[in-house]
Amino acid sequence: MDLSYSADEQAFRNEVRGWLDANLPDDIRAKVTGYHGLSKDDFLRWHKILAAKGWSVPHWPVEWGGTGWDITQRYIYDEEFGLAGAPGLPSFGPAMCASVLLKFGSPEQKARFLPRIREGDDFWVQGYSEPGSGSDLASLKCRADRGTGANSDKYVINGQKIWTTLGHYGDWIFCLVRTDSTAEKRQDGISFILVDMNTPGITVRPLILMDGGHEVNEVFFDNVAVPVENLVHDEGKGWTVAKYLLGHERMGSGNVGGSKRELAALKELAGRELKNGKPLIEDVRFRDKLSRVEIELDALEITSMRFLDKMRRTGQPPGADVSMLKIRGTEVQQMITELMMQAAGPMAQPFKAVSHGNVSGSIDHFTSRLAPRYFNYRKASIYAGSNEIQRNIIAKMSLGL
Amino acid sequence: MNFDHSEEQQQLADSLRKYLATNYSFEQRKAILTSASGSSDAAWAAFAEMGLTAITLSEADGGFGGGALDLMAVMEAFGEALVVEPLLENVGLAGRLLARTGSAAQKAAWLPGLIDGSVKLAFAGLEPGRRYDLAPAGTTATPEGSGWVLDGAKCMVVGAASATRLVVSAAAPQGSSLFLVDPHAAGVTLNPSRTVDGLRVADVRLANLLVGADALLGTAGSAGPAIEEAHDFACALLCADTIGAMQSACDATLDYIKQRKQFGVPIGSFQVLQHRMVEMLICTEQARSLAILAASKVDSAATAAERSRAVSAAMVKVADSARQVSQESVQLHGGMGMTEELKVSHTFRRLTTAALRFGDADHHLERYAALG
Repeated sequence: MDLSYSADEQAFRNEVRGWLDANLPDDIRAKVTGYHGLSKDDFLRWHKILAAKGWSVPHWPVEWGGTGWDITQRYIYDEEFGLAGAPGLPSFGPAMCASVLLKFGSPEQKARFLPRIREGDDFWVQGYSEPGSGSDLASLKCRADRGTGANSDKYVINGQKIWTTLGHYGDWIFCLVRTDSTAEKRQDGISFILVDMNTPGITVRPLILMDGGHEVNEVFFDNVAVPVENLVHDEGKGWTVAKYLLGHERMGSGNVGGSKRELAALKELAGRELKNGKPLIEDVRFRDKLSRVEIELDALEITSMRFLDKMRRTGQPPGADVSMLKIRGTEVQQMITELMMQAAGPMAQPFKAVSHGNVSGSIDHFTSRLAPRYFNYRKASIYAGSNEIQRNIIAKMSLGL
Repeated sequence: MNFDHSEEQQQLADSLRKYLATNYSFEQRKAILTSASGSSDAAWAAFAEMGLTAITLSEADGGFGGGALDLMAVMEAFGEALVVEPLLENVGLAGRLLARTGSAAQKAAWLPGLIDGSVKLAFAGLEPGRRYDLAPAGTTATPEGSGWVLDGAKCMVVGAASATRLVVSAAAPQGSSLFLVDPHAAGVTLNPSRTVDGLRVADVRLANLLVGADALLGTAGSAGPAIEEAHDFACALLCADTIGAMQSACDATLDYIKQRKQFGVPIGSFQVLQHRMVEMLICTEQARSLAILAASKVDSAATAAERSRAVSAAMVKVADSARQVSQESVQLHGGMGMTEELKVSHTFRRLTTAALRFGDADHHLERYAALG
């Protein structure tokens, strides 16, 4: 057994670290480490910087602009982003939509969309969940019917999507829609389609979360006409596409790098706060909680590396292993946000929304973001397949239950 | 990066598992536990034959120069089969201390026997009322002529009654020191008992025991770091043993919930049980990760602090996970999990003592934080 990274991998890590240090804009880093939301401009500006370096879509095939890195390098790249406080690019375009296009897209669709996704010309968002279709996604109702008359070469979309992360930034949205409500198997009536969000009939309505921030949205479709050439794969094959995407979750879903940085921030805060005249970090009750999180994170790092090693050698997709990383990774993230809030104690009470206004006066900028941050991170065990769904996946795929 | 066992490590574990499947079944183990010595001479000879007693000794000492990683798969197999022979105590504690602190003459006298299985050693480290403190205080060593007089009490000495020699830690005027003691000498009293998971242990009383200068291992007062090192090494082995036992509890429970039918269906079809089963799996995998890290650091950490911190992290995670996995394995087996008839209740006992032997989660949390 050898738990260390090779010299080449270590050199690669140093290269990524050095480049991030020199090229990640200070204001963007400060927003990430200070728990401020990023604007659309922040995301696209960062995307352009990465694209100029050739690092915006590392996992793509080289002919489309990928870097040709192996999965270990990609893992290291993700981890270094987390450690540096560099925002990862939203996964909707480069990771999700692009994976679908690369696998199922027509040559015309690839040529039209992939370069723009790579360069960060458009902001992509995801239209999957609906008010009545969360974990049971196949029950979705948003319809796309073939138009008539002037719309005969179009689908006309009617319905609603929900939890559209950064939907208010979206230029394009990829959607699962129902193209056949008579299909015997409901999965067979679903299709995958790309929609320009400037099309008439689309309304984006914010859903303000309990942290006060505007991150997710409802998106309403009212007779939205979309050219048929925006359909990806065949009509009725949307579920095949969705399942394919599920198999493309990244090994970085444990967020080890980001949690390491957060843990360091937690230790720093707990070293500053005093309890009975001594640093809070020396308080046994608090310290034990902190140590247990740190130990869980230590374990998660090795577990991630073990799965990475297995995947590299077997050539198999990670499968249910990713579910385990997602469950523990989000639990660790949530525990850290909770301990951060506890470490600030009474000073965690002032409320400042994540994406509004400037904090001023005697209220500490940092500690006033810790309770909202804790609120916000309750999302982690809900999104991207709730942790309960992840347990279902492990039970079925790994345990044969 | 490579998390696979080497071919040699895998072959050794495979042949050990084969041996255990034939000679150490649940029923055969029961017979061993109830025998007079509570330990199988045949199994011990077989382990020595396979080289298990020699793997971690240096080549100069007649061993193979291996480390904790080389014994991981072996210890996992021990945990699965609930082996009670004190391999861990011999190679992880007493034998390691002798090999690392003993003189050439002391090593020549005992290590060949340890390797061929004819000599057994036991480490008398813990003392009554002092929990997991490794620094001896209740047992003293007083210079007497060219030798020493040992006085005091040791407790929970695994394999003491069947040991050829005890390695006893004692407080000399110079500090922590180690001595080789004949457990059958006059002045040594053993009070034997059995642990809940079937190990033979004894309290050891030393009363005005005169030993020669040749009983001292290393120099007087310098044993502290060696004891810490051996204890970390033993902890890493215990973690691997516990991972094996946890995996066995998970496997047995998964089989059971697939077979056991209630309301006309296997109870494993119930989501509430599926999710608990998944948590058992995740706990085991997370603990396995830190057990691997601990073994790796025991073998190659740059500093003692780095080594001990990784070991304590693993001990915390393994203790927490062993508790959850053992409790859930019995719960998911229902009433049958409570009975002595199923192996899972015996694995429960093993997993319970895992957190009692070398420090519980609280002990190692404190150590982990102190070294951070």
